[in-house]
Amino acid sequence: MSRLPVRKTYKLFIGGAFPRSESGRTYEAEGANVARGSRKDIRDAVRVARQAGAAWSGMTAYNRGQVLYRVAEMMEARRAELASLCTGGDEVERAIDRVVWYAGWADKFAQVVGSSNPVAGPYFNFTVPEPTGVTGILAPEPPLLGLVSRLAPVIVGGNTAVVIASEAHPLVAIELAECLATADVPAGVANVITGLRRELAPAIASHMDVVALDLTGADGDVAELERLGAENVKRIVRGKPDDESPYEIAAFLELKTVWHPIGM
Amino acid sequence: MTERKREVARRPDTAAIPTAWEYAPAPESREVVHLQDRYGLFIGGQFVEPLSNERYTTIDPAREAPLAEVAQAGKADVDRAVKAARAAYAESWSRIRPSERAKYLFRIARILQERSREFAVLESMNGGKPIRESRDVDLPLAAAHFFYYAGWADKLEYAFPHRTPRPLGVAGQIIPWNFPLLMLAWKIAPALAAGNTVVLKPAETTPLTALLFCDVVRQAELPPGVVNIVTGDGRTGAELVSHPDVNKIAFTGSTEVGKAIQKTLAGTGKRLTLELGGKAANIIFDDAPLDQAVEGIVNGIYFNQGHVCCAGSRLLVEESIYETVISKLKRRMQTLRIGDPLDKNTDVGAINSKQQLDKIGSLVQAGIDEGAEIYQPPCKLPERGYWFAPTVFTNVAQSYRIAQEEIFGPVLSVLTFRTPDEAIEKANNTPYGLSAGVWTEKGSRILAMAQRLRAGVVWANTYNRFDPASPFGGYKESGFGREGGRHGLEPYVLLDGA
Amino acid sequence: MATTPVLPGGFELPLEPRLPRLGSVDAVALEERAASLATRSIKRDSKVFALDLAIRVMDLTTLEGADTPGKVAALASKGIRPDPSDASVPSVAAICVYPNLVPYAVERTKGTNVKVAAVATAFPSGQSSMDVKLLETREVIDAGAHEVDMVINRGAFLSGRYAEVYDEIVRVKEVCAGRAHLKVILETGELGTYDNVRRASLLAIAGGADFIKTSTGKLASSATLPVQLCMLEVIRDVHEETGRVVGMKAAGGIRQAKQAIQFLVQVHETLGLAWLTPDRYRLGASTLLNDVLMQIHKEKTGRYQNPDYFTVD
Repeated sequence: MSRLPVRKTYKLFIGGAFPRSESGRTYEAEGANVARGSRKDIRDAVRVARQAGAAWSGMTAYNRGQVLYRVAEMMEARRAELASLCTGGDEVERAIDRVVWYAGWADKFAQVVGSSNPVAGPYFNFTVPEPTGVTGILAPEPPLLGLVSRLAPVIVGGNTAVVIASEAHPLVAIELAECLATADVPAGVANVITGLRRELAPAIASHMDVVALDLTGADGDVAELERLGAENVKRIVRGKPDDESPYEIAAFLELKTVWHPIGM
Repeated sequence: MTERKREVARRPDTAAIPTAWEYAPAPESREVVHLQDRYGLFIGGQFVEPLSNERYTTIDPAREAPLAEVAQAGKADVDRAVKAARAAYAESWSRIRPSERAKYLFRIARILQERSREFAVLESMNGGKPIRESRDVDLPLAAAHFFYYAGWADKLEYAFPHRTPRPLGVAGQIIPWNFPLLMLAWKIAPALAAGNTVVLKPAETTPLTALLFCDVVRQAELPPGVVNIVTGDGRTGAELVSHPDVNKIAFTGSTEVGKAIQKTLAGTGKRLTLELGGKAANIIFDDAPLDQAVEGIVNGIYFNQGHVCCAGSRLLVEESIYETVISKLKRRMQTLRIGDPLDKNTDVGAINSKQQLDKIGSLVQAGIDEGAEIYQPPCKLPERGYWFAPTVFTNVAQSYRIAQEEIFGPVLSVLTFRTPDEAIEKANNTPYGLSAGVWTEKGSRILAMAQRLRAGVVWANTYNRFDPASPFGGYKESGFGREGGRHGLEPYVLLDGA
Repeated sequence: MATTPVLPGGFELPLEPRLPRLGSVDAVALEERAASLATRSIKRDSKVFALDLAIRVMDLTTLEGADTPGKVAALASKGIRPDPSDASVPSVAAICVYPNLVPYAVERTKGTNVKVAAVATAFPSGQSSMDVKLLETREVIDAGAHEVDMVINRGAFLSGRYAEVYDEIVRVKEVCAGRAHLKVILETGELGTYDNVRRASLLAIAGGADFIKTSTGKLASSATLPVQLCMLEVIRDVHEETGRVVGMKAAGGIRQAKQAIQFLVQVHETLGLAWLTPDRYRLGASTLLNDVLMQIHKEKTGRYQNPDYFTVD
């Protein structure tokens, strides 16, 4: 006799935990009932992302790099499950290698993006990059590689993120969230909300405590989202969905320049 | 309350003021290390017998006890190693994708983290440094170097704007005995990240952690021949330096040997980096946070028994606070614990070798003969093993040998200054230029001093801080080239034109 | 008005060397030194020595709005004989209570070596008039307290009115002199920087403190190893430069025996053996005692212990 499998329940990933949507709603995707996230779920995710920011940006860059590398370790261990939920093993391998690539930038991008500036006076002047803050991400396709390609540069720079997963293929995003949950990523640094784009995108675009918005994966009306984001002067980023570059990290960094006199 | 309780409570406090609080021995167990009786050379991914048929015994300097027999690699052995490195370069390492190179290095970093305790114990056994240092400094930094450079392997084009970096080929690397595993990491990590293969010779007295590292190489499944380890004394190093098929030499060690290497390589077109000796000035101004500055002095010269090229071996203290600083320093020296390197409470371990002990002794005698005043805190030194008590010389003139020559031991020479200009003049008045320390609360003065000190590393309100992201190297006779940071890649790449 | 000379308004250093140099503190280096000392491995008989010492220097404390005579009776009992099954376990140095509970504490400790310490001066905030604070001090001493733990006026300190802070300490000390020893609580968690901790320590000592104490224990952040180290360095400087002996009390947040040992190691390696006595060092704690008892049992029996076997008083 064949054995009846125990099916996984796909919930949201907020603050290191897997709650259902506060709205109690689900929608059907990929043969499963997936949590249909609401404005209030976004609100909750942004709140924990804000709280997690101080500790995450306060860690040493080396620590952040190690955490990201561990995400890759966890993904590698779950290759089979991830592959079954996206376009296949090739996408998974590229996604893992992408995470490793960005992990290696954690303690280096400051050396490439920052500088010491030779001003015309007796001052030591240096420019350092700092994380921007809570970042909203609309994940592009393909459902795993696209998400990871946008999430990794955001968090390696010390930011925290609320990711709106692919609407049509949300399961792999939650599978990825399980990797994040077991990889020593502090709770709240990365949050994943599944649901309908048309409901979630405006909610995150208009949230006043979201400082940057990655619209690389936005399909449809970007203008409206950009307009909503203007209310608190959000940094709007349109990157390339399959790019691997320190400039993708830099897009989510502020630059701080410090002056100090040189004298006895 | 009962009579019994009152009795108990009224019992006189028999231990009113304790006469002593001896910390019980807290030894880290040696069991975690599994030593072989003898080791060969690690060439082409496996251990092989030395063609020279020559071996020697490496010892534990704290006990003067033999640990294992290792090989003395001769000319033919070095040749074999270079050939293996060349083959690995041509056939595998230069062909695999940089992102795959990165993953090998990440693996090595993770394995070092996992086997950290084993390596730390072995490092202390073979070298004499306290377990607390090998556990808390050497091992974490070694793993971190591999982790840092792993990340550069597939990002080299961002490190050199408008240039296409390519590997050099085979690098010959010679490292010293003061931080054996850490120096190995400083050399191998950037070399491999840049796409080179290596032949590394550990110091004669400290080969064991390098040989254990070969097991990490095996566990990481690094392609054979990418890393080769040849043990031996100065003769082996000389063979490596003069081998015609090595593209680059990296040497850390004494200035004397560094100069000899530079002469040998003259006219050959081989690339060279040298990290040599130092006689760093640790400068304390009157507004320095004094207790922390004293910690900085102590850390600067007694950390690792003073076997540190960048040690703060000259204390330059502003005359107005001289008495206060010296009295605090002497008091602090009295709490230093010298003894068994494997005891977790030991602060100062054994001197690495008899040879080094004799050298320290003779320079200290010179100091006494020249008229400096010596102070050593009372401490009980173990019977066997090589030990030297922490020492400070006051009444030192700039011209004394103990103010000019590198002692490479736990010996501090104290000089005074009146003005910042005088401090700078004295600090720079040396053929060396590796490092310097500045202690002052005034930010602008920190920067002004840093600007004028001719040293490759300036530590302000701290000392002996190292990080894989932070470039390290010297001015003048302390050598050239930098290790660590983005700049640490430069010695290992060929930069083609745009 | 205080009879001892008041410092000039800007808290400038007097010309005679009555006070050691103010000096500054490098936070990173201080914290590193504290962290390094905390790695000392204290085992076997040296650990048993430390655990025994931890009890002998303990001020067993209850400072709750809900304290009653019954609670204090139980506490006193515990402090006098911490482990009924082991007579070799010493009594604590003192029990520490609110003013209203002093008479009961005095009654319960009569005939023993255990002292009664009372908090006073509008503990924990200190936000009352000088008259009220002095009255409270007088009352606890009249009720039989051997030791007074006062709080400094942080509002005055942080707004730069150092002479006022100093003056208050001097006047409380006048009330205590000859009858009780005075501990001055700096409430380091409110002072913001180690430089301020150093300044406040010097101020308290100048005002006549017999002990300087880290915290009231009522704030989230209390006695940390770097803060104690900063204060011990002040005590050392004062002793070196003037010969005066001032004691140290670490209180607040010390719940585990392991922490207590780290605090003691720091005293040992900064001030030496002479300070490892209840006359010069105290640990203010409540739940710490049971953890120390469990550790003592573990050292004696080799087994890790279970809290159910240790009374909660």
